[in-house]
Amino acid sequence: MHPFELHKAASAGDAAALIVGKADGKYLAGGQSLIAAMKLRLNAPSDLIDLAAASDLKGIKSDGKTVTIGAMTTHADVAASADVQKAIPALAALAGDIGDRQIRNVGTIGGALANNDPAADYPAAVLGLGATVHTNKRAIHADEFFRGMYETALESGELITAVSFPVPQRAAYLKFKNPASRFAIIGVLAAQTPAGARVAVTGGGSGVFRVADMERALAANWSAAAITHVKVPASGLSSDLHGSAEYRAHLVGVLAQRAVAAAA
Amino acid sequence: MGIPVSINVNGRAVDADVDPRTLLVDFIRTHCRLTGTHVGCDTAQCGACTVHVDGRAVKSCNLLAAQANGATVLTIEGLAAANGDMHPMQAAFKECHGLQCGFCTPGMVMSACELSGKLTNPTDEQIRDALDGNICRCTGYHNIVKAVKSGLSNMQK
Ligand SMILES: Cc1cc2nc3c(=O)[nH]c(=O)nc-3n(C[C@H](O)[C@H](O)[C@H](O)COP(=O)(O)OP(=O)(O)OC[C@H]3O[C@@H](n4cnc5c(N)ncnc54)[C@H](O)[C@@H]3O)c2cc1C
Ligand code: FES
Ligand code: FES
Repeated sequence: MHPFELHKAASAGDAAALIVGKADGKYLAGGQSLIAAMKLRLNAPSDLIDLAAASDLKGIKSDGKTVTIGAMTTHADVAASADVQKAIPALAALAGDIGDRQIRNVGTIGGALANNDPAADYPAAVLGLGATVHTNKRAIHADEFFRGMYETALESGELITAVSFPVPQRAAYLKFKNPASRFAIIGVLAAQTPAGARVAVTGGGSGVFRVADMERALAANWSAAAITHVKVPASGLSSDLHGSAEYRAHLVGVLAQRAVAAAA
Repeated sequence: MGIPVSINVNGRAVDADVDPRTLLVDFIRTHCRLTGTHVGCDTAQCGACTVHVDGRAVKSCNLLAAQANGATVLTIEGLAAANGDMHPMQAAFKECHGLQCGFCTPGMVMSACELSGKLTNPTDEQIRDALDGNICRCTGYHNIVKAVKSGLSNMQK
């Protein structure tokens, strides 16, 4: 690991102030992606701003219409939250299936979204449920937030403070996981949201995306049968030792149908 | 350029100046000289380095010592009673032959102990699911599952 300076932020405001003027400052949430990348020297920030003590970034609120989750809320806390289980059971289940128990005890929703790993689970939930990412500067709708592999709309130094999910009529997330890393080879979230039917896919290779043809078919008829004939092109999906692009395209179809059936 | 950390390890307050880069597992093994916590992969995959930080099982190879500043850390050495009697989970691993080479065992035991109070009368399936962060290259897991089942039930007594 390259040397860095560590700063403890007491609040969200404190964190945003601390990062100003740092040559290559980064926020430290759970560190489950960042520390691993720093150990491999894939990432070498000059300064880390530790968010752990910023209690205003933690916690879950639900008012029946919207579930709002603070950026520093761990995957384990989202999975175990009675409010999330009641309002958006698919989201609680998704959080409970990220990585393994030790990772879920530390990793956070804010870190997962800022990182935007192309095989991560939360991006599928945020995009598929049409959530809004709140930062210290603005509110960014999911459709504007994800910008491809490890890229997001976040500007340098911009801090995710919370994510708000409109409660869907129904939703389900299905992941076909890599048994070793537990990341998605393909994961599909299908939802009937206040803004219409949405289908979001993660694991494709270059970042989470929506499947417009499936959404149109589902808007007319919410059933697995309605999307059986929607062809998902393999172009744009990645081929690696876990599966070819054609295999991934096939998985998108199968998992989307299962997700729709599971969310019936 | 050390930074001060103050961590309660197995009931003992440890104050030290550490390089910010120090991983929690290195703090435990090198600074505290508690070598029961193992490093199997150093990439957050295997779980051999699992310890509890404020009651939560974490992989100490993927955390900075500074992230545990002010926290209470429990390692495998902190489980047994002062008179040397094994913790019920340790006893269950011995009883059920839940280990062969023993390299994964400290992590398995720490991970299993965190389940106490979370899983009551778990099925084999639930135990296997819950141990998804711990890899064993020897046993084939059957006896580990047996040990965890028996250990959890004895912890409730
Ligand atoms: C063994 C293993 C298995 C895993 N399996 C999965 C899996 O199956 N599915 C999955 O989705 N993920 C998986 N992960 C990733 C895990 O979910 C991470 O916890 C998560 O991606 C990052 O969250 P973090 O809180 O640890 O963030 P960190 O690692 O602390 O930060 C990640 C990045 O986000 C930035 N950041 C953090 N918080 C904020 C914020 N509030 N505002 C702006 N930027 C911020 C950081 O600067 C950094 O660049 C796995 C990780 C490991 C080690
Ligand atoms: S050594 Fe930490 S998970 Fe393997
Ligand atoms: S007993 Fe050898 S790795 Fe588990």
